[in-house]
Amino acid sequence: MQKILLYLSVALMLITINKHSVASENATEMNPEHTEEHLEETEFNPGTFIFEHIRDNYNWHLFTYNGKHISIPLPIILYSKDQGLVSFWSLKLEHGHTYHNFKIAHEGDYKDKVIEVDEHGEFLARPFDISFTKNVAAILISGIFMIFLFISIARTYTRRENEPPKGVQSLLEPLILFIRDDIAKNSIGEKHYEKYTPFLLSIFFFILLNNLLGLIPLFPGGANVTGNITVTMALALATFITTTITGNKNYWKHIFNPPGVPWWLKLPVPLIPFIELVGVIIKPFVLMIRLFANISAGHIIVLGFFSLIFIFGNMDPVLGYAVSPVSIAFTIFMSMLELLVAFIQAYVFTILSAIYFGMASEEGH
Amino acid sequence: MFTLGTILLAIEGAAIAKAAAGFGAAIAAFAAAMGIGKIGATAMESIARQPEAAGDIRSNMIVAAALIEGVAFFAIVVCFLILFV
Repeated sequence: MQKILLYLSVALMLITINKHSVASENATEMNPEHTEEHLEETEFNPGTFIFEHIRDNYNWHLFTYNGKHISIPLPIILYSKDQGLVSFWSLKLEHGHTYHNFKIAHEGDYKDKVIEVDEHGEFLARPFDISFTKNVAAILISGIFMIFLFISIARTYTRRENEPPKGVQSLLEPLILFIRDDIAKNSIGEKHYEKYTPFLLSIFFFILLNNLLGLIPLFPGGANVTGNITVTMALALATFITTTITGNKNYWKHIFNPPGVPWWLKLPVPLIPFIELVGVIIKPFVLMIRLFANISAGHIIVLGFFSLIFIFGNMDPVLGYAVSPVSIAFTIFMSMLELLVAFIQAYVFTILSAIYFGMASEEGH
Repeated sequence: MFTLGTILLAIEGAAIAKAAAGFGAAIAAFAAAMGIGKIGATAMESIARQPEAAGDIRSNMIVAAALIEGVAFFAIVVCFLILFV
């Protein structure tokens, strides 16, 4: 039955393509944001569609009903030199309004960010922006959920000391034991693994939960948290700071004075220490890029497949309907892959962090 | 003649940059696929030789594949920056 539907839709697509020249569809241009009022009439631009879903936002858009955007307003908190600490709901800045000399810029360096303007609407400065954007709200929601979940698991462990696990505890126990045994103990060694385990567990579950929530389009999921390079930079920075602070003498000796390397590579011009220092910086940097690019690329591909439907639909409505089954099938396949990538990226971040911790706390030979 | 050539090249340089970015992304994908393919092939062979070690081999294969993907994603991010920034 599904095969017949698939063949039918592909055949319909091919028939209608032959009736239109494909070259005529790329006339989409960036519409100025001031004409936001008539949303149904704007040409579908896949670039803006994809970037809107990947980027951070000042309010949390839930859905569009009858042309009106239904979204959760979030507080905007700014610190500007003239006005000091200002905070207000993001509703005040919708539709390009100006509030208290602040507005969301439409073009230039700070596009789609809050800038301060003077009386004539000219750009004055970019205030220090610590607003609650969509990603911040998503991190808070997933953080509170994780705190609640793991504190209840910890309480079950203390209450049921020598009994078999029950409930959520039994659901997460294999994962927790896997991280403690196969990741922490293996990479860090028996002596020191215990002080790093809380960090590794937190990082693993944080990345996993936010990856999975990013795949769900409904609230409270749908915010592209781990695909935001600042979030992954913060996580990589946490790993970097932990390795730097807990690095023992052996670790620094291996960086600045590696044993077994001839002296003339270290003394007049410290080549090897320089290369090792670059390595110390690059390792967390690559952690950041790996997580960010994997998750963002997955989201962009899924959004691209969805945009295919609308691109074809703009050419001809029948074509839009015909492309839908094919596009949705591909999207389901990509989402399965994304699920796998969510687990794998959390696992790889954790195990690489564990390997770096192992190097930092390694005893001499 | 020479200056006319350089001026023409400068004008169409922007378009060539975008074409080159697309090409670079394709090369990155190709290189990553080759590298991970090699890892997968040797992992399969070693699991066939010693099926008890399948778990260990699988975890190491995933770590190596993720490291290769990290490097490939460097290239992808650079191409993305060329195209859209």
